[in-house]
Amino acid sequence: MSSSQTLEMSESVGEVWRVLDTLTDPEIPVVTLREMGIVRGVELEPNNTVVVVITPTYSGCPAMEQIHDDICTAVKGLGFQVRVRTQLAPAWTTDWMSDIAKEKLRAYGIAAPNRMCSGSSHDVNIVQFMRRPPNAESAVECPRCSSVNTVETSHFGSTACKALYKCLDCQEPFDYFKPY
Amino acid sequence: MSNLDYVLHLADSCVVLGQRNAEWCGHGPILEEDIAMANNSLDLIGQSRLLYQYAAELRNDGSTEDSLAYFRGPQEFKNYTLLELPHHGALVGYARDNLDYSVTIVRNFLYSSFMALVWEKLQTSKDSRLAAIASKSLKEVRYHLRHAHDWLIRFGDGTQESHDRAQAALNHLMPYTQEFWTDSKFETEAMHSGVGVNTKALKEDWLSIINNTLLEATLQLPPSDGFVTSGKSGYHSEHLSYLLDEMQSLARAHPEGVW
Repeated sequence: MSSSQTLEMSESVGEVWRVLDTLTDPEIPVVTLREMGIVRGVELEPNNTVVVVITPTYSGCPAMEQIHDDICTAVKGLGFQVRVRTQLAPAWTTDWMSDIAKEKLRAYGIAAPNRMCSGSSHDVNIVQFMRRPPNAESAVECPRCSSVNTVETSHFGSTACKALYKCLDCQEPFDYFKPY
Repeated sequence: MSNLDYVLHLADSCVVLGQRNAEWCGHGPILEEDIAMANNSLDLIGQSRLLYQYAAELRNDGSTEDSLAYFRGPQEFKNYTLLELPHHGALVGYARDNLDYSVTIVRNFLYSSFMALVWEKLQTSKDSRLAAIASKSLKEVRYHLRHAHDWLIRFGDGTQESHDRAQAALNHLMPYTQEFWTDSKFETEAMHSGVGVNTKALKEDWLSIINNTLLEATLQLPPSDGFVTSGKSGYHSEHLSYLLDEMQSLARAHPEGVW
């Protein structure tokens, strides 16, 4: 492959990334798919087909179909053939969310996920009944007033990835993006 | 072909419990639980899709995730019998009774505590596709377990009424968990090839989760003896056919329909 071809390819890949960076999560329109850690890579096949690698979030997340369609439409708009490849391993984790994404979530009123703890399934921390977390590290910060004096009101919120919380200082209810 | 039946067994278990729990959609005891159960079903049906897609590839005969879920009969399903039972005590299949949330919670607790152990082990399966699905499913089932565990403690350590209902549900469902520890042909084969899990080796850990929770919930561990069901070998209770009838009716009325 000549160096001019390589350059052309890298320019094409850059172009695809630029358009992918305009695509947001259908459920949380303030963060992009890349910031969420859903879009993992862009590859260009010799026949000018762009392959976008994505890692799905929750197994039953209905937004994944929309994400698939959005990516195809956007990349086709650039004049490429496109294929979306779903990559299951390593499994998506909220730890892949960029700091920018977490800050945007906060500004949008959703508490950003704490870091995922890797315990075994019978680790007491995973199944312990606790409405109020025992230590500051696992405390959930209110996206409105930054207080950690918060309680969980329901394990599941408006989507599978979120839990419902309430701030005991400003009294505001809010969504918490659960560590995954 | 031993892996195919093993994958179908996992897929069928996910879809049958997902369909059962979805019966609460619009009928939940409180709004938050209505939403919780819909999300629980969404996870389970999502897991079943990943598994059916894989099973369809293994069959390599034109099968799709939809044909496997919607166009197989009850005797072809390999789910645990526990998962097809209705949300109330022992009644015939055509009986209609009020849905009892304690049955839902107890079943989710017994099953998700088991699957948390199974998925954890399957992460190191020799079958890399299954291992990838297990890693995702483990993250989800831990939240299911946490939910069921918390509610079981509220019920058991709640009012006399909630305590009695939780105990009755436990007495009703516990014998069905015997099926977790029996071997079917495809499980034995999957285990020997390093693809499947030896569930018997998980029993002690499972019992410790159950015992710790029941202690906190002030509930008694009922004996799990008597008849051993074998849904995973295709011998089901009458309840599965009613469940599948509802789940499959639309796809069968409009085969290959798209929108």
